[in-house]
Amino acid sequence: MQKKSPQTTPRYSATFDEYTLSEIRRAASTGIYDIRGGGAKRKLPHFDDLLFLGASMSRYPLEGYRERCDANVVLGSRHASKPLHLDIPITIAGMSFGSLSGQAKEALGRGANAAGTSTTTGDGGMTPEEREHSAMLVYQYLPSRYGMNPDDLRKADAIEIVVGQGAKPGGGGMLMGQKISDRVAAMRTLPKGIDQRSACRHPDWTGPDDLEIKILELREITNWEKPIYIKVGGARPYYDTALAIKAGADVIVVDGMQGGTAATQDVFIEHVGQPTLACIRPAVQALQDMDMHRKIQLIVSGGIRNGADVAKAIALGADAVSIGTAALVALGDNHPQYEDEYQQLGTTAGAYDDWHEGQDPAGITTQDPKLAARLDPELAGRRLANYLKVMTLEAQTIARACGKSHVHNLEPDDLVALTVEASAMAQVPLSGTSWIPGQ
Amino acid sequence: MTTLDLQKIGLRKVNKTLQSTTTTAGEKFTVVNPMGGHAIACGLQSDIEVTIDGHAGFYCGGMNKNACITVHGHAGVGLAENMMSGTVRVTGNASQAAGATAHGGLLIIEGDASSRCGISMKGVDIVVGGSVGHMSGFMAQAGNLVICGDAGDALGDSIYEANIYVAGAVETLGSDCEEKPMDSSHVDALTELLNRAGIKVDVQKFKRYGSARTLYNFHPDNAGNY
Repeated sequence: MQKKSPQTTPRYSATFDEYTLSEIRRAASTGIYDIRGGGAKRKLPHFDDLLFLGASMSRYPLEGYRERCDANVVLGSRHASKPLHLDIPITIAGMSFGSLSGQAKEALGRGANAAGTSTTTGDGGMTPEEREHSAMLVYQYLPSRYGMNPDDLRKADAIEIVVGQGAKPGGGGMLMGQKISDRVAAMRTLPKGIDQRSACRHPDWTGPDDLEIKILELREITNWEKPIYIKVGGARPYYDTALAIKAGADVIVVDGMQGGTAATQDVFIEHVGQPTLACIRPAVQALQDMDMHRKIQLIVSGGIRNGADVAKAIALGADAVSIGTAALVALGDNHPQYEDEYQQLGTTAGAYDDWHEGQDPAGITTQDPKLAARLDPELAGRRLANYLKVMTLEAQTIARACGKSHVHNLEPDDLVALTVEASAMAQVPLSGTSWIPGQ
Repeated sequence: MTTLDLQKIGLRKVNKTLQSTTTTAGEKFTVVNPMGGHAIACGLQSDIEVTIDGHAGFYCGGMNKNACITVHGHAGVGLAENMMSGTVRVTGNASQAAGATAHGGLLIIEGDASSRCGISMKGVDIVVGGSVGHMSGFMAQAGNLVICGDAGDALGDSIYEANIYVAGAVETLGSDCEEKPMDSSHVDALTELLNRAGIKVDVQKFKRYGSARTLYNFHPDNAGNY
C-alpha cells in the first residue's frame, strides 16, 4: 500500500476571503452592484482608539452629581436671528420619509423633543406629521429638491444645504422602487415604483461662489431668521470647511464614512471618503485659521455611538454631534427579537442592511403599512430619548472627570491615542509618549 | 404703483416689501436700478405685479408663488428656480438652470436660455422664444418645456414624465429621451401654452420629446446608458 503524503490543512486566502468570494459570486449572478444601507463596515481608526486622561495632580475633577457640567449648545448664531438652542450636544441626522416609515419619523421627533434636541428631514421633503412631532426641525435642501417649497422652508427651524454625506461623498440619493409608494411618489413628483436616483449635484449652483448667492436667496426668502447649515461628506475636510465658511454657513456638518445612508452601492460606502476621526482636526483647523472656531458651529457625524464618542468629538473641536444609525438602533432597528425574520431575509440581527428593500422586520426602514405598524412611535420615541440622555450623562461624566464645567471645555490635551494611526488623525500624543506623528 | 430703487434702499427692503402678505391683489411694483443684483423678488407670496427695470442676477423670482414678475433685461443663473405658481417673464436672455426644479407657474424667456434650462422641473411650464443650451430638461420630472429655437446637446437626458417641444433642431437627445407622437391633445396644449406666453410660432413646426422609460428600473443590459 502506497504511503499517503502528509497534507496541509485547507487555507483560505486573506485576499480572496469568504466575503469577497461571495461578492464575486453575487455580482456574476446578478450583473448589478450591491446596494445596501448604513455606513462603512470595515474596521477603521475610530474614537475607540482614543482615551481621556482624566484628572491628576495638575487637573481638578468636578464632583459627579454635585458640581454642574453643562452640555447645551447654540447652533447658528453667526447670521440667523433665530438660532437653535439645544439642551444636549447631540442632534438627529437627516433621514427621509420614504427611506423611513412615517412612524419612525414620528418616533425620531418624539425622542428628540423629549431630550431637547433637533431632528432633520431628508430627501423627499417635509411631512406635516414630521413638523408636528418635531419641536426643532432642520429642513434639508438637497440636489433633488423633492418636495421643496417656500412654505415648508419658512416652517423649518433651520435649513441644511446638503453638499454631500459621509457614506457617499460625490454620490446622489437612491430610493429603490419597492419603497416608492403612492405617497412617496406624490411627494417627489415621480412615477410610482421606479428606482429613484436623485442628482449628486445641485441643479442651480456649482461652487462656493454660487453657493454664497444661493444662501443669500434662502436667507432673503426666510427673512434672515433660519440658521443655515452646510453638510459635507468627509472628503477634504479642511478645504470643504474653509469654503463653507466663505460661502456664509452658520453651521457646518462634517459626516465621516461611517455615517449611514438609506441606500447606496457598497463599493461607494466602503471605498470613498475618510473616517470620521480623520475629518475633525482638519475641519477645526480651518475654523481656527479663519477665526471662526466656536463662532460657526461644527457638527460631526458618522459612527457616534455613546457618550465617550460625543466627548471625544467635542474634545477634538466639534460643537455637537449628529446620530442616524444609532438613533435607528435605539428605536429598534436590528433588534434580536426579529431574528427569525432576519434569517428569512438571508441575514441576521445586527447585520441587516438591506434597508432599500423595504422589508425591515422592525418596521423602520419600510413603506409597508403592516411592517410600519409594528413600531409604536411613543414607545420608540421614549427609547430614543432615554438613549440620548444616557449619551449626554456619559459625556458629562467624562467632562467632570477632566475638570470641565461644560462639555465644550474638553480639549485635545485631555486625550491620548492608542494607535499611531489614531494619533496622527486626531493629532493627540500616542499613549505613553509625547509623540504625535508629523509634528 | 410703488417704485423701489434697489441701489437706494437695498435688497432686504425691496424683498421685504414685495414679500409682504398685506398687499392687495394686482398691486403694482417697479424695481429700478437692479444692476444685476442677486435674489431680487425671491420668495414672493401674493398676487402682485412686479416689473424689474434692467438686468437681474442669480435666482431672480426664486420660489415665486402667485406673483407676476417681468424682467426688462436679461436674467442670471437659476431664474424662477423652484417656482410654485404665478408668472415670470424675461424679455432678454436667461443664464443656466432657468426654471430649475420649479413645481408650477409659467416661465417665459423671450430670448435664449443657457444650459440646463428646466433641470429637474417638477410641473412648471417653460416657454423659450429662442434656443436652449446643453442638458436642458435634464431629469425633468413633470411639466412642459417649449423651445421655439434649437436645443443643444443631450436634450432631456434621464427625463421622467415631462414633455419637451422643440420647433428647431436638436443637437442630440440625452439618455432615455426619445421623440414621441404629437397627437391633437398635445397640439392643443402647446397652442394654449404659446398663447399664454404671447409667443407666435407655427405649432406644426414642433416635435415632442419624452421619456423612453427604459431606465426607470435598473437592468444590467442598460448599464451603458447610465
